Amino acid sequence: MIRETSYKFDWITIILFLLIVGFGWVNILSASHTGGGMDYFSLSNSYGKQLVFIIFTFIIIILLLAIDAKFYERFSSVIYMLSILSLLGLFLFGKNVNGATSWYAIGGMTLQPSEFAKAATALAVAKQISDLNTNINNFRDQIQTFIIIILPALLVLLQNDTGSTIVYGAFFFVLYREGLPKYYLTIGISVIVISVLALKFGPAIASVIVGILILGYYVISKKKITLLQSLFAIALAIGLSFAVKFFYQSVLPPHQQDRISLWLRLEKDPAKLEAMKKTFAYNLNESEKAIRSGGFNGKGFMEGTRTTGKFVPEQHTDYIFSTVGEEWGFLGCALVVILFVLLLLRILHLAELQKSQFSRVYGYGVASIIFIHFLINIGMVMGLIPTIGIPLPLFSYGGSGLWAFTILIFIFIKLDSNRINEW
Amino acid sequence: MRQLLLFVSIILVGLLFISRLFYLQIYSSHKHNLFEDNAIRKVYDYPKRGFVYDRNGELLVANQPSYDVMVIPREVEPLDTMEFCSLLKIDKEQFLKTFHRARRYSPRLPSVFLSHLSKGDYAALQEKMRKFEGFYIQKRSLRHYQTTIGANVLGDIGEVNHKDIKENPYYRMGDLKGKQGVEASYEDILRGVKGIKFIQKDRFNRNIGPYKGGEFDTIPEQGKDITITIDAKLQAYGELLMQNKRGGVIAIEPSSGDILAMVAAPSYDPNLLVGRERSKNFSKLFLDSISKPLFNRSLKGVYEPGSPFKLMNALIGLQEGVITPTDAVTCYAGYKYGNRFMKCHCYPGRRNNLISGIQESCNAYFATTYRKILDKEGNASTGIDTWSKHAKSFGLGNYLNNDLFVGAKGRIPNRNYYKHVYPKTFYSTYTISNAIGQGEVATTPIQLANMIAAIANRGHYFTPHIIKSIEGDSIPEKFIKPKYTSIDKDHFEPVIEGMLQVYKRGTAASLQVKDIDICGKTGTVENFAIIDSLKTQLTDHSIFVAFAPKDNPKIALAVFVENGYWGSRFAGKIASLLIEKHIKGHITRKDLEEWILRHSLENEYAKPYSGEPFRINQGTTLQYVDESEYKRLKRQLSALQNP
Repeated sequence: MIRETSYKFDWITIILFLLIVGFGWVNILSASHTGGGMDYFSLSNSYGKQLVFIIFTFIIIILLLAIDAKFYERFSSVIYMLSILSLLGLFLFGKNVNGATSWYAIGGMTLQPSEFAKAATALAVAKQISDLNTNINNFRDQIQTFIIIILPALLVLLQNDTGSTIVYGAFFFVLYREGLPKYYLTIGISVIVISVLALKFGPAIASVIVGILILGYYVISKKKITLLQSLFAIALAIGLSFAVKFFYQSVLPPHQQDRISLWLRLEKDPAKLEAMKKTFAYNLNESEKAIRSGGFNGKGFMEGTRTTGKFVPEQHTDYIFSTVGEEWGFLGCALVVILFVLLLLRILHLAELQKSQFSRVYGYGVASIIFIHFLINIGMVMGLIPTIGIPLPLFSYGGSGLWAFTILIFIFIKLDSNRINEW
Repeated sequence: MRQLLLFVSIILVGLLFISRLFYLQIYSSHKHNLFEDNAIRKVYDYPKRGFVYDRNGELLVANQPSYDVMVIPREVEPLDTMEFCSLLKIDKEQFLKTFHRARRYSPRLPSVFLSHLSKGDYAALQEKMRKFEGFYIQKRSLRHYQTTIGANVLGDIGEVNHKDIKENPYYRMGDLKGKQGVEASYEDILRGVKGIKFIQKDRFNRNIGPYKGGEFDTIPEQGKDITITIDAKLQAYGELLMQNKRGGVIAIEPSSGDILAMVAAPSYDPNLLVGRERSKNFSKLFLDSISKPLFNRSLKGVYEPGSPFKLMNALIGLQEGVITPTDAVTCYAGYKYGNRFMKCHCYPGRRNNLISGIQESCNAYFATTYRKILDKEGNASTGIDTWSKHAKSFGLGNYLNNDLFVGAKGRIPNRNYYKHVYPKTFYSTYTISNAIGQGEVATTPIQLANMIAAIANRGHYFTPHIIKSIEGDSIPEKFIKPKYTSIDKDHFEPVIEGMLQVYKRGTAASLQVKDIDICGKTGTVENFAIIDSLKTQLTDHSIFVAFAPKDNPKIALAVFVENGYWGSRFAGKIASLLIEKHIKGHITRKDLEEWILRHSLENEYAKPYSGEPFRINQGTTLQYVDESEYKRLKRQLSALQNP
């Protein structure tokens, strides 16, 4: 059976996967190399460890591809439950790293179950939606699905890993594709727009802007909505504007306030801006400088002065893209962006080709999760998005992340290879 | 349609990222420049500045180490200002002022924060420097003068200014550069080339090793030592003699164009312009607008040459064939031209030929000669152009194009020069003052000394220069190649004979030195100052030119003493003394030496500023220096003789 299907694995996805992992490792090598000779397989430095992780990845791939495709659908609930248990276990046995209790320490190794939980959740959501009894337009079913998604997200949030929590927002794309009513999209976009306006210009101005927009829509759309509805919407928007402001000022922890303030350029005082650059905005400032200094061609592999000088903290993990920026320049960065876009579009394309709804939903989940990571990580490193600490999939240093994304992708490749047998 | 949401989002985000990258890396990125990269520390290694020796190998200028505190404002982290200020011994106000000035200059380039630390402060600070990010200590070398003489020759070094940096990017803020004298003329040779090390920093401002294994590092190239033509002993003696006087002395070795001594009085101690005191002392010297110690009178002082210029007119007359050595002119205690009269101190009816004309400095003789030159072809307009061309062939009326940092053109007029005053008619009598070196001719002491050197060489000169040799290099060819004047060799002998007679029985007969045949010429030049917008005549300048010995001359010189009255009164004595000093090495005319040390002209210099009417020339009385000043000068003299 394996022989029969092996050549049906989607080699384009696999090649894109390998290119991203390979180029990622090259940059980890640059970012973590500390001078002197190279010791590629030494576990005492990051590039050596990552190489070992990558080799181990191939074992995972072989295992994943060897398992019968039906296994993933059949055992998705079990996998999901195990994953939730592993997250719960963190409260008892977790190790705190950088303020987040999201690690198991086993021997010298650490594992981050939240990484794997994304794949498990993707399987569970696929299972739930593809269930013949589920109708996503049905409110009860919506709630059930939301719970599946929110449960791990909440656990991760409680462990102080805000970044990973936000990733669960990715499932919105999945649900929308599978028929979630349109007003969710409208509401979602409205909330984001109103929040940004309220923070940037203050709730009063935001309310006025939104009010004019809604009334304008009411007039132009020839009364598709009633006057009462539009007034109600305006009231909601005003309420939201003030709520967001209140939330920002009184609920949000100071370090997150700072990040948003920096992102929306709320601080105008140059002296304070200068001070910000030396404190919480240090990473971002340094990473932007490193990228900028790369120019069109970059300074060349292992030639980046800011990378060599370790000016960007966490450069081999979340800020790995700044190494690409400095050493490989615009060409290298554009290549990375294009590789990710191609990978995402390929997975999306394959997902649409699936005959089984489970496979399609799962594939969508895979693309959405990777997309959110890609959006947030590169956006953050270039200063387009507030600082949210999540890795660049397959590219950043870290065993758990690499393995989790490998599992995520290769389960899909396995499912895809099996689509010929799906009737 | 629902499939499109994610699809479109992916494509939009991809495009957004690429445009952001375009903005960051292409639009707003500037080319990577190691000097601007704050991840790379630049450590400069300043080479030893070349030493300066005199022609006899005596060391004049050496170096001493100095430490500057530098700052790169952008890299400064919050610091314990109190501690830092107390280490540097400055107050907080000064700290802030200096820091802001540095930031205004450039936040990312180093500026000098505090220059020239004492060794003790340096030792204390060095220990703690690591705590103050953005500050570092730069070692440099300052000049260490081994002498107190020759400030106008040696010059000094000082910090480069913005203009220097703009003109030559080699210089960085805080670098030292020759500002005057040989330091400025031979800056490139003395300076060497500083070395630079590029060091990779980490974000904690620690050094983590050479950038790219030191691929771009350069080692400093040491500055070369130079030997200058100055004879330190002669220079010191000249400076001593010129104390309490103003003016300039230039002594040249005719056979090489070497400048043996270059005195500008008043002068100052070169040690004043070293280190932290430099700018304070410089301002003081600069602002002294009365005695102008920074004004190099021997190079920049433009004076009417007076009688020494008669030598030039004699040479031109002989060359043009309008006079012979034996032709005589009757002097009527002056020279009558038209209805005007030029006085002369000859007794009436005296017959002067070329030699006695020079010997007695007869105005009538040279007025006649001058007119003959100009009227040779019946047209003074072409005559004066010919005259001018001959005079200019001696290096007069233009820059000498030598290796001295300053200079002046002087003035030798031609017909064109007089176009505005005499647009139509032009007769030789109009410019008759030129005959006796007054009127429109003007020279600097060095030009006049060079003219005498050309006479001593009987027709050629070597551009006077200050460089004798450069370590491992040769001196420019223009200083080795003789320049020929437009006067034939034969014509010099009678003029030189006249100059010899000046000493034997003429205007300098009292200045003879035993066993040396000196050829000289006195000069007494009227001069004026504007006092309360009134042109007021001052006591004449005392001028003397000479060379010796007559055959195989070893020294040619010009001495200008401002307001010293007649030529042999001050300038002539100084000339004789310097000649004897140079040729014999010791002084037999102690009487002259004594006289010069004893007398001061400070009372003359004070007159225009007194605000009261004053008398000049015959009306002046000689001022004696007071006893303590005299003793000081004697001490200096004996220090010169027994170093």
